Amino acid sequence: MARNLETWMPLLLSAAVQTIELMLIAYAIGLVAGAFLVAMRLSTRRWLAATAGAYVTAIRGTPALAQLFFIYFGLAELGLVMSSYQAAIIGLGANAAAYVAEIYRAGIESIPRGQVEAARAIGMRTPMVYRYVVIPQMVTVVLPPLCNQGIVLLKETSVASLIAAPELMLRTRELVAESYMPLELYVIAALMYFALAFPLAQAVRLLEQRLRHPR
Amino acid sequence: MTALALPTGVDLHLYILGTLLAGAGVTVVCTAGALVLSVAAAALLAGLQSFGGVAARVCVFAYVEFFRAIPVLALLFILYFGLATIGLKMSPMPAAILGLGLNGAAYCTEIFRAGILAVPSGQSEAARAIGMRRWQVMRWIVLPQAVRIVLPALTNLAINILKNTSVASAVAAPEIMFLARNLVNETYLSPQIYLSVCLVYLLISVPMMKLAGWLETRVGVTAAKR
Amino acid sequence: MPAEPAPDRLAAPGAGTREIVRNEKLRKSFGDLEVLKGVDLVVEQGEKVVLIGRSGSGKTTILRCINYLERPSAGAIFVNGARIGRVGADGAERDMTDAEIAAARVEIGMVFQRFNLFPHLSVLENVTIGPMRVRGTPRAEAEAMGRDLLRKVGLEDKAGAYPERLSGGQQQRVAIARSLAMQPRLMLFDEPTSSLDPELVGEVLRVMRRLAKEGMTMMIVTHEMAFAEEVADRVIFIDGGVIVEQGPPGDLLRRPRSPQLQLFLQSVLERR
Repeated sequence: MARNLETWMPLLLSAAVQTIELMLIAYAIGLVAGAFLVAMRLSTRRWLAATAGAYVTAIRGTPALAQLFFIYFGLAELGLVMSSYQAAIIGLGANAAAYVAEIYRAGIESIPRGQVEAARAIGMRTPMVYRYVVIPQMVTVVLPPLCNQGIVLLKETSVASLIAAPELMLRTRELVAESYMPLELYVIAALMYFALAFPLAQAVRLLEQRLRHPR
Repeated sequence: MTALALPTGVDLHLYILGTLLAGAGVTVVCTAGALVLSVAAAALLAGLQSFGGVAARVCVFAYVEFFRAIPVLALLFILYFGLATIGLKMSPMPAAILGLGLNGAAYCTEIFRAGILAVPSGQSEAARAIGMRRWQVMRWIVLPQAVRIVLPALTNLAINILKNTSVASAVAAPEIMFLARNLVNETYLSPQIYLSVCLVYLLISVPMMKLAGWLETRVGVTAAKR
Repeated sequence: MPAEPAPDRLAAPGAGTREIVRNEKLRKSFGDLEVLKGVDLVVEQGEKVVLIGRSGSGKTTILRCINYLERPSAGAIFVNGARIGRVGADGAERDMTDAEIAAARVEIGMVFQRFNLFPHLSVLENVTIGPMRVRGTPRAEAEAMGRDLLRKVGLEDKAGAYPERLSGGQQQRVAIARSLAMQPRLMLFDEPTSSLDPELVGEVLRVMRRLAKEGMTMMIVTHEMAFAEEVADRVIFIDGGVIVEQGPPGDLLRRPRSPQLQLFLQSVLERR
């Protein structure tokens, strides 16, 4: 067993790094695209708002796996071929964007209307209202849900293994195919995800407590 | 499947539609089974959390944190492939329902805990003041109100379980994702088939999302009035 | 804050009077904050005692200690002669079990500032759930008694309604009926009208007045000075966690002796 671990661990660890990379890139895309989405969602032009709303509903109502399959296999059939890594980044990023947009929206709507009215009453236009009144207060509200979404994204990367994107789950499957030891390997993989996700989850919990009772 | 010629034209559409619908049926069964398992297990765990000693609370904490931190895919692989090597062979559906249920129970426990805490403390004080014992307070006053409070969150959990069933395709559970993959291998009509799959998911999930929203406004009204 | 010795009402009760409540050297701390710093208090059967004082003075805490919603940090509380919270003789003392505390609470009725009606039960169900589930009274009997109580508080036509449809004053009257359904010997009122719009206060005070006239032993925390003067046998002024002054309402409210009480009454009168 120890000898197996010696051969496995370096491979699994490098795959874990790939997982983290994948997660961070998709997350960055999600954070940025989500901001655009929420801007569209809250726009006064109805077709923009409706389109963004439909997108968010479509993403949140379907599994990420189906989205990845469509992007990787479906688009290839229509002529748009890409590597599994690219498909994973686009798919997971587009997926995250929808959830992030909803988090942003909840944050914006948590600011009491009265403050926005007061800001307008002293002559601020919308961009200023956002810059000085909404966003500074929004930050504390959206930070914990955004962090939780990051943790979700980390676990979601495992699904990309099913389109053969290079990350931890795929590497584990390859090792299982070689060694015929699925129990040990999949448990180790699970523990590695745990080692990443659990501390992050506790950190978020601490963050939430600190934000609720700033001392 | 490769021996038979693929139907064409309208028959092809019917074949695809039929397969996807069959898959959808299995998806729904899988979701329902996992949901029931989640709720039952979570009721047990939440009970232990509320009434058990320190040891019980630590165990529940460990369970919840562990099953929330590992991907469902990994869990399913452990249950289906891993356990088989030590003699515990499971067929795909039971493994899928068990895995999704164990995962769901972790989230559901937190939902129940939050629901109980959300019932205003004045309620249990008033109940205690008329001489009710703790279990009576739970049974007649706190739990009935907690159930109403958690309904929106439970609906959202159900939607998540629905989406997670797609991962069960990796252990060959005959739900819609798995059947869709096979169809694509046969017909090469991947964009159409995967879009159709998304449509089917939406047909189930969008009403559920509307239900969750409606439940939230109802609960919100009664909560705000207090 | 230096406390003047209060006129002593703790002389051993004469033959024939029943002590309903006795607090001895009651202390209560919440963490670092000591809210009750040694309260000795006796209430006799049929007495109406009104507790007044500033917010944070400890008056609500005294009430909540009596029905053990708060656990005293030190001191003893007796209701109907039996000790609440702990049982057994010195040396073999232990905390009361959940069942024992619950049984003790049947004798004590409490009306809360925020009513705390059960929103998922109708008005009648709110009143009958205590008798049915705690005392085991059969449904028919409990409902008959419940309707009778609702008639007493003027709400018999609302029996099937749900709390959210009732005004504050109506909800509080239902809350009083709910407590009375347990047939308590003692009724505790924790600022019963403080959450009510002014025009709804009167209907609740009317019910309380009727209860008082019927001979119920009552301990009331309130800011309603006129009501206190009318109904109370004794007014107790609490400040800084101790009883500073107590006496008949006429004396206490019109001729306050301690500076703290004088200051307090001034600020209350300014509010009008």
